[in-house]
Amino acid sequence: MPRSEEIIPKIKRQQIMSMLAKGERLDGRRLDEYRPISIELGVVEKAEGSAMVRLGNTISIAGVKVELGKPYPDTPDEGAFIVNAEFLPLASPTFEPGPPDESAIEVARVVDRGIRSSGAIDLKKLCILPGEKVWVVYIDVYVLNHDGNMMDASGLATIAALLIAKMPKVAVKEGKVTILDEWVPLPVVNRPVPVTMAKIGEKIVVDPSLDEELVMDCRITVTIDESDRICAVQKGIGGSLTVDDVKYASKLAVEKAKEIRKALPPLPSIEDVEWIVKEGQ
Amino acid sequence: MLSQLVRKVERPPRLIDEEGRRADGRKVDELRRIKIEVGVLKNADGSCYLEQGRNKIMAAVYGPRELHPRHLAMPDRAILRCRYHMVPFSVLERKSPAPTRREIELSKVIREALEPAIFLEYFPRTTIDVFIEVIQADGGTRCAGITAAAVALADAGIPMRDLVAAIAVGKVEGQLVLDPMDLEDRYGEADMPVAMMPSLGKITLLQADGLMTLEEFEKALELAMRGIKEIYNKQKEALREKYLAIKREVEVT
Amino acid sequence: MAVYFTQREIVVPGQLLAKGPYQLGSNVYKVGNAIYSSIIGLAELKDRAIHVIPLKCCYVPKVGDIVIGKVIDVGISHWTVDIASPYSAILQVSDAFNKVIDTTREDLTKYFDVGDFLVAKIIAFDRTRDPLLSTKEPKCGKIDRGTVVEISPAKIPRLIGKKGSMINMIKKEINCQILVGQNGRIWIYAENPEDELLLVRVIKRIELEAHTSGLTDRIREMIRREKSRRGNVVSASKKGRKAS
Repeated sequence: MPRSEEIIPKIKRQQIMSMLAKGERLDGRRLDEYRPISIELGVVEKAEGSAMVRLGNTISIAGVKVELGKPYPDTPDEGAFIVNAEFLPLASPTFEPGPPDESAIEVARVVDRGIRSSGAIDLKKLCILPGEKVWVVYIDVYVLNHDGNMMDASGLATIAALLIAKMPKVAVKEGKVTILDEWVPLPVVNRPVPVTMAKIGEKIVVDPSLDEELVMDCRITVTIDESDRICAVQKGIGGSLTVDDVKYASKLAVEKAKEIRKALPPLPSIEDVEWIVKEGQ
Repeated sequence: MLSQLVRKVERPPRLIDEEGRRADGRKVDELRRIKIEVGVLKNADGSCYLEQGRNKIMAAVYGPRELHPRHLAMPDRAILRCRYHMVPFSVLERKSPAPTRREIELSKVIREALEPAIFLEYFPRTTIDVFIEVIQADGGTRCAGITAAAVALADAGIPMRDLVAAIAVGKVEGQLVLDPMDLEDRYGEADMPVAMMPSLGKITLLQADGLMTLEEFEKALELAMRGIKEIYNKQKEALREKYLAIKREVEVT
Repeated sequence: MAVYFTQREIVVPGQLLAKGPYQLGSNVYKVGNAIYSSIIGLAELKDRAIHVIPLKCCYVPKVGDIVIGKVIDVGISHWTVDIASPYSAILQVSDAFNKVIDTTREDLTKYFDVGDFLVAKIIAFDRTRDPLLSTKEPKCGKIDRGTVVEISPAKIPRLIGKKGSMINMIKKEINCQILVGQNGRIWIYAENPEDELLLVRVIKRIELEAHTSGLTDRIREMIRREKSRRGNVVSASKKGRKAS
């Protein structure tokens, strides 16, 4: 039996759909309008980077920690990054404590895809000793309040945290690695932005609120990079889309991503940055 | 000694040659060879064994059946549960038998790809369980899994709006290719799995990674539609064949 | 107005069957004025209605159906019965017999115990609760001899045949008792155990070939061939058994 909070009264769905037919939404937005976005940077000083994103009432906080580790065997000359996402029980009456469920795993993997496909982190710059030691960037995203579209809130928090994160330089001398007390930005070279849309009846709306998510028939997230390229797509939940829906959604995503990117910090300037100082040559 | 086995998939100098032939000899818009067998597992209510290139997938359906624990049941429809799992020896480097985050995500998106096709409302308070086991993997297993699962659902006699057929499109050396194999997945620039209810024109799975322009994305969709049509025909053929074979054997014309 | 299949053609889910003002029979659905099959089965046009006869399906209880169930739990005043359906059935003590049973004094396992097969009638079923059974009618009650065979419920109509043609032919050819449960379970009893085994094979074959034509004749053939192979006489090794 689903929880009462997950059961949407039929009249509510009818109300939402009749408003959509007139081009209106419950909270007064246009169909292609996002809720107000506010991004607070550096909220956690102990993290190498952090950001809290408010998308309407949905709140996501992302923290970046950078650690030394071993590279993956098939990419010995590259650093690595791992995205983890969790929906905290305090975020919604419907979230239970426990390991991330499939929806949280999905958010983590879609956010990861956006960063990986767009090459947002230049992993080659994070290689310290090929095959032995690299920097591993951990991004943990936590949803603090669920009012719809945790995907975009989490994706934005992630990229914002990466953009302002600082990491220490390392010195390598005769195979020995020393962490220096000089701090530089992460090698972030792209700003992928996820744009999530919901299909309700025949209409497609961007940035669905919680109410809209409870009645939506289908969901699609399209992540766009700085050069207007598609770097991730994820059709979500059940339901289906027509080919025309997909074409419309992807065009709309390119437009919206451009707008939303204005709220993000700029790319760090890293032309003269040396993450690994090779000494004693 | 065994731990030193080299298990790397080497990248050939060219993935597509000057004549437009891929590493396995296919043209860019050619599917891998597909074999579909229906009703291979006698205990399951419906089952399908599918081979697509070097992919080997077993799909089985149990249900509609009683759901335990009862509180998970929905009062007005069946629930659909799906498990996508790869056996440890399905890939070159042994995969741990425990479910990975990838398998959890794929189980979710596959379930969401099949759900819209099933008349769940005909069986309130029950569950329909779909199991997909990847016995050997060579790229495109989620699509092959969906294709097999749809056949297994039909074999089980579960009422559906349509079969669901799935295929992936990749971008390799700048060109769009249909049904990429593992080699092309690894060294390609983009990968886009798509599933659809072909008679109704409804897309039920759509993912992409890598980089594509909007134009490439739209072209990839069109290429996927063509591949899906072919897969759909193979599904229908295999389902009918199960019963036609019996007819041929026993009927005297 | 157009029909896109031939009578008894094997169709698959999502296959377009017809366009136009046809009636919707079983296992089809409509989108606009197009009618599609929802299952794999044999498509038929009968009196302006389009049906698809299933080749496989699960048993959904229907009030009035006679079913064969297996007791899986015994409670204080009811039994839980598996009727080969996604829905378990309940047999209340008050619906079991035409006499009153004092549940505070009697142990219900005395009447039906876990593992017993019984013949019952579905007396209630709707979306909100499990089906209810009754064993009060004369044909109903515990099965204590013979064999229960299970086949797909979709094949039961073929086992019975048009106006009982198949089942009556079988009863004529083999001296036996057969009770067909709508839920795919069939009780068979023959004095000659070899006949019971033959019946099981016959039923399984009907299940396999239900969608083909000429089946009744082939089954009759099969039975007669088997009996002539057996010689249909009392052989020296079968002392005391009567010929059928």
